[in-house]
Amino acid sequence: MTTTPRWRALTHHHLFWPVAVLVILLLVNVPFTPDFFAIKMTDGHLYGSLVSIVLFGSPLILVAVGMTLVIATGGIDLSVGAVVAITGALTCSYISDQADQSALSGVFLALGIGLAAAIVCGLWNGFLVARMGIQPIIATLIIMVAGRGVAQLITDGQIITVNSEPYKLIGGGYWLTLPFSIFIVAAVVAVTVALTRKTALGLLVESVGGNAEASRLVGIRSMRIKIMVYVFCALCAGIAGLMISSNTSAADGNNAGLWIELDAILAVVIGGTSLLGGRFSIGGTVVGALVIQTLTTTIYTIGVPTQTNLVFKAAVVIIVCLMQSPKFRAKVFGAKRGGKQTAAPAPAETAPAAEASPKMEVS
Amino acid sequence: MSTTTQRPTVADSRTAGKAARVLGDRRLPVLVTAGLFLVMYGIGLSRYQNYGFAEAQVFLNLFIDNSYLLVAAVGATFVILSGGIDLSVGSVIGFTTMFTAWLVERQGLPIVVVIPMALAVGAFGGFLMGYVIQNFEIQPFIVTLAGLFLFRGLCLVISKESISIGDSSVSSMAQTQVSLGGAFLSIGAIVALVVLAAAFYVLHYTRFGRRVYAIGGNEQSALLMGLPQGGTKIAVYTMSGFCSALAGLLFTLYIQSGDPLHATGMELDAIAAVVIGGTLLTGGSGYVIGTLFGVLVLGLIKSLIQFEGTLSSWWTKIATGVLLCAFILIQRAMTSRKKAVAGGS
Repeated sequence: MTTTPRWRALTHHHLFWPVAVLVILLLVNVPFTPDFFAIKMTDGHLYGSLVSIVLFGSPLILVAVGMTLVIATGGIDLSVGAVVAITGALTCSYISDQADQSALSGVFLALGIGLAAAIVCGLWNGFLVARMGIQPIIATLIIMVAGRGVAQLITDGQIITVNSEPYKLIGGGYWLTLPFSIFIVAAVVAVTVALTRKTALGLLVESVGGNAEASRLVGIRSMRIKIMVYVFCALCAGIAGLMISSNTSAADGNNAGLWIELDAILAVVIGGTSLLGGRFSIGGTVVGALVIQTLTTTIYTIGVPTQTNLVFKAAVVIIVCLMQSPKFRAKVFGAKRGGKQTAAPAPAETAPAAEASPKMEVS
Repeated sequence: MSTTTQRPTVADSRTAGKAARVLGDRRLPVLVTAGLFLVMYGIGLSRYQNYGFAEAQVFLNLFIDNSYLLVAAVGATFVILSGGIDLSVGSVIGFTTMFTAWLVERQGLPIVVVIPMALAVGAFGGFLMGYVIQNFEIQPFIVTLAGLFLFRGLCLVISKESISIGDSSVSSMAQTQVSLGGAFLSIGAIVALVVLAAAFYVLHYTRFGRRVYAIGGNEQSALLMGLPQGGTKIAVYTMSGFCSALAGLLFTLYIQSGDPLHATGMELDAIAAVVIGGTLLTGGSGYVIGTLFGVLVLGLIKSLIQFEGTLSSWWTKIATGVLLCAFILIQRAMTSRKKAVAGGS
């Protein structure tokens, strides 16, 4: 009633709720760790909880940004975790075979091999989804199942460790006082935002997600767009795979990137991108990924047993999804409003919302 | 569509029209899977004859070693037939092993009391997920994903360490052998076969079964025809939760311990078994017998790799992925064929 237009514009901004959740989560930490927001300078590196949240959240942000575009086309990519494992395994096994592991040329070649493998995975996913018309959740299930086997095949079932200074930089090094991975993430996010918001590409992606058939009829090559987003998503996962294996200086075919697809989807959903496609927000996804990482950190710092982490995540998924469900909002909030006002306008107000909810189909 | 094509091999070699009819036959994927199983078994027989592959026990071990997967896959068959998906299967199995081990070992409850409790928890979990999916129109994929997190988290809340079961009634139950001529089956295998038979009856001979097919085939039409679609959907997820819990109990018997990481990713095995068994992932078409063959094929891959000796376990994953891919493509060819027929007429 008393809200000013400016306040209303703020609360209706699509980033308002994700950012609000993030801020609240960050503030929750303060009573437990009073110097939570403090950032210290040691050995020319910045340290602090905020820096480590971004550092440890980097792979997730990358994967989630790729996933956002896939979801925007109405798809989903379950294979990112396996792609993370394959890329890390290939790169590390190549580096570990070198006589001089720190030689720049060898490291660059290794990076190229790893990322090429990721792109091949993306092309395969895109081919199945766009060309063969297989549901994305099923098409990407194939690499999700087989990919870990391939990663183990590459590493021969072992955890391969490497000892390469240049490679260590990607996930564990520092540059200009900040963790190097932050710069990689910033670059990828900036390029993605520029490509999707400064060119028509983003619009095309949303159009394909809104209605692929209609897009095709108006002359958008929806097949090509779809293949492109799967390749992009796999490439992001590949970079995340490099980061994870570089951070630990090891490639673990079995556990690298385990469950990351679920966290990434969660980040996308928290960020306000609809799972039905047709709309996306890269900024929202980045905030969503930070929310998940902060949640994990918070659970550690406030002394809740870490094993309840997953229960918290489950609660967050359900709450976020319920809030996004028009039917739930109509039932819970619509009913309240109906009680206050006269009975007549309430249904009129809630009915369009319920009708507007697109039908959830698995197709 | 085609009731006369019983022998696909004849039709294949003759005319294109017959080939098309075979491709449109709903039973084709099941037949392909059954054929694949026989071929693989034949390869095993010829390669490892001298290593005792021909023994009846090797064949029955497929049922013993995969009893829990069969039960979980039967539950998944219902969900997939209805056009949904359940990602919480592996977590519910893991949770059941933990829950059972904890109640038996730490709380000292007799296993006879624990079994109905575990089944009730699984079924209730499935019911809740079905309720949310149906009433708030959230995608099954995301709701059961939350279920996956929740049950895996609850495992860890019970205990971070694995709990081994030393209870004598449990181990005697696990070791009971039902002899069949020269070979034997375990209690778990028998339970799994009973579940399979029950599912077969429910799907093909009851009204509920027909509703599951109808909803999976076309939800809108089913709704317009006045089928009680909401109740059916919730019942399907409840049943899947129940089957997962039962699979968890069988797994507990099989492995005689509870561990928070048991059965991680088993939902994928279950889904793979259903798909390889020829059930259409979009729902509405498939047979639970196909699921049996899917589980047997996956089990046979494992035992072939064991007999081969030099192959490593990760080949199982790769082979599963390849098979999954092949069957998805077969399904795709079938559905596009059906669409072409529908569009042409």
